Amino acid sequence: METVVFFATAVVAVVAAVVAVAHRNPVINVLALVVTLFCVAVNFALLGADFLAAAQVIIYAGAILVLFLFVVMLLNAPMETTAEERRPLQAGLGVGLALVTALGAILLLARLQPAAPADGPAGTVQAFGRLLMGPYLFAFEAISVVLLAAMVGALVLVKRKH
Amino acid sequence: MWGELAVTAVKLLIIAVAMLTTVPIMVWVERRGAAFIQDRLGPNRVGPLGLFQPIIDAVKLLFKEDVTPAAVNRWLYFLAPGISLFIALVTFIVIPFGAGHDIEVFGQALNGLIVAPDLSVGVLYLLAMSSLGVYGVVLAGWSSNNKYSLLGGLRSSAQLISYELSLTIAVLAVLMSTGSLLLTDVVAHQSPSLLKWNAVPQVIGFLVFVVAMFAETNRLPFDMAEAETELVAGYHVEYSSMKFAAFFMSEYIHMATASALAVTLFLGGWTLPGLENALSGWPLLLASVAVFVAKMALFLWLFVWVRWSLPRFRYDQLMNLGWKVLLPLSVLNLVIVAVLMSVGKL
Repeated sequence: METVVFFATAVVAVVAAVVAVAHRNPVINVLALVVTLFCVAVNFALLGADFLAAAQVIIYAGAILVLFLFVVMLLNAPMETTAEERRPLQAGLGVGLALVTALGAILLLARLQPAAPADGPAGTVQAFGRLLMGPYLFAFEAISVVLLAAMVGALVLVKRKH
Repeated sequence: MWGELAVTAVKLLIIAVAMLTTVPIMVWVERRGAAFIQDRLGPNRVGPLGLFQPIIDAVKLLFKEDVTPAAVNRWLYFLAPGISLFIALVTFIVIPFGAGHDIEVFGQALNGLIVAPDLSVGVLYLLAMSSLGVYGVVLAGWSSNNKYSLLGGLRSSAQLISYELSLTIAVLAVLMSTGSLLLTDVVAHQSPSLLKWNAVPQVIGFLVFVVAMFAETNRLPFDMAEAETELVAGYHVEYSSMKFAAFFMSEYIHMATASALAVTLFLGGWTLPGLENALSGWPLLLASVAVFVAKMALFLWLFVWVRWSLPRFRYDQLMNLGWKVLLPLSVLNLVIVAVLMSVGKL
């Protein structure tokens, strides 16, 4: 049962990721990314990381990509890219192929084992919270400062003209 | 395994049918309630008291011509109502609708009238799913290729994102005092007495939740997405027949889910003090469902009452209320709950 769900969501995630990059319509790109993130969240849940799965959907699929969609819809850019704009894509395809080959070779050499489901309370909110408020407290707080700095920076850039 | 699946399937069927049945009932209550508030009669020709009017309306919508405008983005145009209805129908599985912890069905423990009692993220699942619901509205607005639709979709998504924040923080305070994400635990925590109902110690959170609930379900005074007088009908102006009906139904199912969530989080869910001591087994199950439905009906009537009593907010007023009033209030509530917990009063 879990194997079936894993392969179904994994295939959908990869196909949607390709669509997210390759499709001509930016709105479709964003939606495909939503599908990818959702499928990855399902895989998190299969591994026993329920909280991570829920957080992934709430934060990425539910909040950040809605803002992406907002920007794409409000931009008055031409909605579909033309063939000429897509020419760098062919060069990119070559680089991407090289990267996939290299990564594939590494994966084959390393003989990775599939991750084992987290046992016991590792994926629960309590365990997660203990980690964030314990060993990773500094990193957790530092990230919020970095995010705040990014927001202040964006505001400064926007307001400079006035 | 099969017994477990069968029990889940039966619960799913019962609750899904119950949620879908609320739609025609609420349409009738809404129209008759509006008429009552405006001192007129309302639909009273079809069946006793006009009760069969929603059925006739549904048949009419089914047989109406389904017009697809020429300039729409066909894929997304078809997808949007589906997303809306799908999200509306999958959110309620973590809400406990009644007792039934001592009942066995098909040789399996019923484990309470809740579809997914063991989903450890509990209410987070509900928040995750409802945060995806905004895509239905945004995509409908964009794919219709109509300026009214686009404006309605954009406004609505801005509103949903803004009010989701205060709503989530209000829910967070409840989860904090319970110490669990499971709504069954939230209900158990409130069951001993009326004073334990979260609406009493967390009255600020309760008020924030109720106001944000109106915004999240796109109901007046927050129906900026539709705003008939300025946007014609907002994001679903280009939809007809059953595709329109899908949006319409999902709005009413969202109301029912929001009411059920409010009851569960703040009004003690299906419990009533003394109920569990007086009854057990099937009678307790039926009585608890009746209690739950009665409490839900309070909120559903509140939706109708407010809709026909208050005018619509202006967009800037809406944003001011969301960010400058509700958000600080919800944080204040969180702080109060934290302080009460630390001195051991909660």
